[in-house]
Amino acid sequence: MANPILQVDHLTKRFGGIGAVYRISFDLQPGEALGIIGPNGSGKTTLVNLITGFVKPTAGRVTFRGREITNLPAYARVELGIARSFQMVRPFYNLPAFKNLIIPLFSPRVGKRVGGKSGNRDEVAMHLLEEVGFERDSQVPYKVASSLPHGYLKRLELARCLALEPELLILDELFSGMSMSEVASVLPLIEKIREQGTTIIMVEHRLRELFRIANRAIVLNFGEKIAEGKPEEVIADEQVRKAYLGSEDA
Amino acid sequence: MTITFRKERLDRGIKARSADIYALASWRELAYLLAPRMLLIGGVLAFPLLRGLVDAYWLRVMLMACTIALLALSWDLMASVGLVSLGQAMFFGIGGYITGYLSSTLKWPPFITIPIATVAGALLCATLLYPVLRLRGIYFALITLSLPQLFERIIEATKILGGTDGMSGLTPLPDITISLYVIIAVLFATFFGFRRLIDSDYGLVFKGIRDNDRSVIAAGINIYWYKAQAVFIAGLPATFAGAFMTHYNQFVGMSSFAADYSVLPLTSTVVGGIGVFAGALLGAFLLVPISEVLRAYGTLRVVIYCIALVVFVVGRPEGIFRYAQRKYHQFERPVAVEE
Repeated sequence: MANPILQVDHLTKRFGGIGAVYRISFDLQPGEALGIIGPNGSGKTTLVNLITGFVKPTAGRVTFRGREITNLPAYARVELGIARSFQMVRPFYNLPAFKNLIIPLFSPRVGKRVGGKSGNRDEVAMHLLEEVGFERDSQVPYKVASSLPHGYLKRLELARCLALEPELLILDELFSGMSMSEVASVLPLIEKIREQGTTIIMVEHRLRELFRIANRAIVLNFGEKIAEGKPEEVIADEQVRKAYLGSEDA
Repeated sequence: MTITFRKERLDRGIKARSADIYALASWRELAYLLAPRMLLIGGVLAFPLLRGLVDAYWLRVMLMACTIALLALSWDLMASVGLVSLGQAMFFGIGGYITGYLSSTLKWPPFITIPIATVAGALLCATLLYPVLRLRGIYFALITLSLPQLFERIIEATKILGGTDGMSGLTPLPDITISLYVIIAVLFATFFGFRRLIDSDYGLVFKGIRDNDRSVIAAGINIYWYKAQAVFIAGLPATFAGAFMTHYNQFVGMSSFAADYSVLPLTSTVVGGIGVFAGALLGAFLLVPISEVLRAYGTLRVVIYCIALVVFVVGRPEGIFRYAQRKYHQFERPVAVEE
């Protein structure tokens, strides 16, 4: 196998005495799409927070492209190419949608390419919004974020990640709260991103969507990894069914 | 059938306009746009010329108003990145002491000491505050509240920099008219500079940090570095004010760290309107003269001053500036409604 883009090695996080994530290890090859599933409270978001640096681990290591990033602050990991979406969207509510993207477009990672300190980022932002399904000719991109429906905010969250041109894109329940038609419009975009070679980690409750994107899945329960493999196989696993779907569920 | 009245709001403004681009159709519209701006700017510029007509005392009040206005602009820029300061006096005092030291020991002239004190002071303040930039809200405010007092006590206890006597006999500034024009020029430069800065993409990052720092981190931006830059930029007018007034008074002492220099800018901004730099200016130019007028009432002045403050904070939290702006652009009239 080639060099993995991301190595997670015995990653552990305890909040007080409670283990939120316990000795989780996995490797991720470039271009892979990994699904993380598990019941509520199983440690999925904590794992994402540990990989992205929003939470410091109690023990274990995270390596990105051969470089240990365990103690690197979150913003520096973004600079290396790890972008994440938040499960609970929190846009800049009093800015228009397209202005929300100016801040990531100003970051050290992409700021130089879009014109440095005085570059015209508005056009780049509009283009990104168009890509995630904001109709350019409508008023929507100019509307204040606080007035947008939840599905648009989720897509704005995705656009924020894409603005950073990530090598590793981590989507924390991107599809939750989206309508079927919204999912149908965003799903092909994620597939396209995957085909362009971006490595993806997606935490998702909606298995149908997960199966379309992910080529591998790991299952968490009470902070521990209980299964790993192809998504269809993992979901057929007896232990997983018990933990995740409930034992009597067919 | 009853007739009631409802308020109708009419837009007095210019018809063809986007957010900040106006299509001027007539001289009337040009005048409509420029009149309030020119009135304020012209008023400030003309004031020092009244030298023969008004008491010299009022020119000194004007100087004080400019000083507080600079500190208020400084406060407002820090607030725009989410840092609420209760200690602008620290900037004022540090600017004053640096220039005082350079002037008394090295005998450098003011046009050298003031710029050095401005930049070095702002840099020193940003460095001092760097470790506490991760604190937010009340915690940051508490630290800034205590720092000016800390400096006062250090100077008192160690007797450095003149101790309780301060440093006096410093090089004076040229006469008050010239001094006033210098500080007014700096005030306008700061005001227009800050306004431009906060409307730029760079300023958007500042506001982003204030509203939602987690998303700014997720955008790959080091928010502490940006906050430090904000403190430095905001520090410049404040340390300048300290350095300038030190030369004007030919003296710097522990009084440069007095709470007045923290409280007056803060209340000016609150009364004028937080988050709009013109509000900070307006607040300072209203409050400082008012507090001088109230001096005639002795201690009662504080009471009147406090009541006015409470009325504003409770009744007009948006501040005078936004209120006046709204009233200028729209006017209300009662319209009869038949039911």
